Amino acid sequence: MAFYRPARWLRPLALGLFIALTALPFVLEAFDQSFYIGFATRLLIFALAASSLNLVLGFGGMVSLGHAAFFGIGAYVAAICQQAGINEALLAFPAAMAVAGLFALAVGAVSLRTRGVYFIMITLAFAQMVYYLFISARAWGGDDGLPLAGRMTLAGFSLAGDTALFFASLAALTATMLLFGRLAQARFGRTLQAIRENETRMEALGYPVFRYRLAAFALGGAVAGLAGALLANLTGLASPNLLQWMQSGTLLVMVIIGGVGSLWGGVVGAAVLLGLEEALAGLTAHWHIVLGLSLLGVVLFAPRGVAALFGRRDG
Amino acid sequence: MTQLILEQALNGLQFGLMLFLLAAGLTLVFGIMDCINLAHGSLYMVGAYFVAAAAQASESFWIGLAVGVMGAAVLGLLLEVSLFRRLYRRDHLSQVLATFALILIANEAVRTIWGPAAIMLNPPDALAGPVAFPLFGEEFFYPAYRLVIIAVGLAVAALLYLLVAKSRVGMWVRAGAANREMTEALGVNVRGLFTAVFVFGAALCALAGGLLGPLLAVQVGMGESVLILAFVVIIIGGIGSIRGALVGSLVVGTVDTLGRALLPTLLRATLPADAAATLGPALASILIYLLMAGILFFKPQGLFPARA
Repeated sequence: MAFYRPARWLRPLALGLFIALTALPFVLEAFDQSFYIGFATRLLIFALAASSLNLVLGFGGMVSLGHAAFFGIGAYVAAICQQAGINEALLAFPAAMAVAGLFALAVGAVSLRTRGVYFIMITLAFAQMVYYLFISARAWGGDDGLPLAGRMTLAGFSLAGDTALFFASLAALTATMLLFGRLAQARFGRTLQAIRENETRMEALGYPVFRYRLAAFALGGAVAGLAGALLANLTGLASPNLLQWMQSGTLLVMVIIGGVGSLWGGVVGAAVLLGLEEALAGLTAHWHIVLGLSLLGVVLFAPRGVAALFGRRDG
Repeated sequence: MTQLILEQALNGLQFGLMLFLLAAGLTLVFGIMDCINLAHGSLYMVGAYFVAAAAQASESFWIGLAVGVMGAAVLGLLLEVSLFRRLYRRDHLSQVLATFALILIANEAVRTIWGPAAIMLNPPDALAGPVAFPLFGEEFFYPAYRLVIIAVGLAVAALLYLLVAKSRVGMWVRAGAANREMTEALGVNVRGLFTAVFVFGAALCALAGGLLGPLLAVQVGMGESVLILAFVVIIIGGIGSIRGALVGSLVVGTVDTLGRALLPTLLRATLPADAAATLGPALASILIYLLMAGILFFKPQGLFPARA
């Protein structure tokens, strides 16, 4: 792999996509298909979560199998905030990001001492701890999860309508993609990718390798927390299922399908996976088998992911 | 109290030995072929279903166990030849994706064939009751079937130890785990060895699944939780090391079982009741993960690293 550099036609494409997405709820409503606004919101939220993992995995080269922990923590913090009487997303969402980010900082500080497979497993272990903690915590619903009484308000405006939540999610994703796009080409992102390529050399050049990785890991955790808080608003529930390792696996699969280390890998992967799920579930009850076979096909025949088409790599 | 501790210790030993059957195959596949196999838990699940189906058809637990184990071995062979052989040289991410896909396929296939409800697998009638031992002048009861599991587990562990530590094939396996390229260069048929190890691992999975079947429910998704435990075991023990897998299994099995049985009681004695009620189960379930994180922190390669 080499440094990420966006293809020239990517910027107009992204802008076009953004404009199309802003029009989407109105088009869907006009055609009486408002059910799909919820699906589109889910897709945006998972695109956000997968993109946050892509920062860690694709740009930082850290294969984390515990990303669902930060995702789930975000959902729980939102629900707990509401339980405590804070119904304003401008307070609850930053709180979700802060808690998830700080937890990622702590997990990263311990996990980043290990390498390779051991890193995969230690991140998994931390995620499992969080999962079991929330399952056992009766005050937060235990096995059943913590339901939200209703959707929150954002700067005083209610998110109760599907369209409102859609735009909140779109705004979060857009801001994140702009930030990650800048980061990927800024000094921070360059250093991070160089560490992914050759850690020893970067260490020898005097870069604080550990701190760069840790920063990326914590930032990824915080953004995953934001995605979780949005998802809790969408589904009305902070569920322990969000924390399960299969959820981490799903996010990982999204990034791999989309293309590891392409800026848009997470977005493309989430769209492909959720789109496939939705399409296949309509066709057959056994859609898991078809999905599994499709994933096998991706591994065997398109090893660099779908989004490898987006964004040139040098070398 | 002594009775409780002894009973839980035996349960822990039994659980640990079953974990060892799973972890042994996983650690070899992982250590020698450098292949992350998330579908190892699915082999365990499918194996348990094979055993249950064959036991129902033949109305004999032992025939069912034998047929199921052989069925899983054949399935393992097919998987190795058709898919895994292509994955060994790929990066870990591809392996994660491919084996994750296998989990989806296996779960759905099992759900389609046997339905979503858990199916029953009864232990042999002769072993259904408890056995009594004299203990400090009292009677101590322990289920006969669990004793048999312990015996089978110990026998397989001993066999595996002899196979890996004393036989020529075992020497190749250990050499492959320590340095694959060098072993290939010395003329060992590593490809055939990989196939054999994978098939053997699949058979061990089915053995564990079949033996645990009467104690736990045979159901869709039973592989996922146990897979994580098997991973914890091989990380603690050191990837590629059979000895590490044995020690890790026994440690994880005992700590987990004893923790769940005794921690809530201990906490209740020291903490206020409602704090203990929340903290007890939580702490008991995360105990092994704390243990693993601690071991990795001090020994990043596990207790018995296979690669020098």
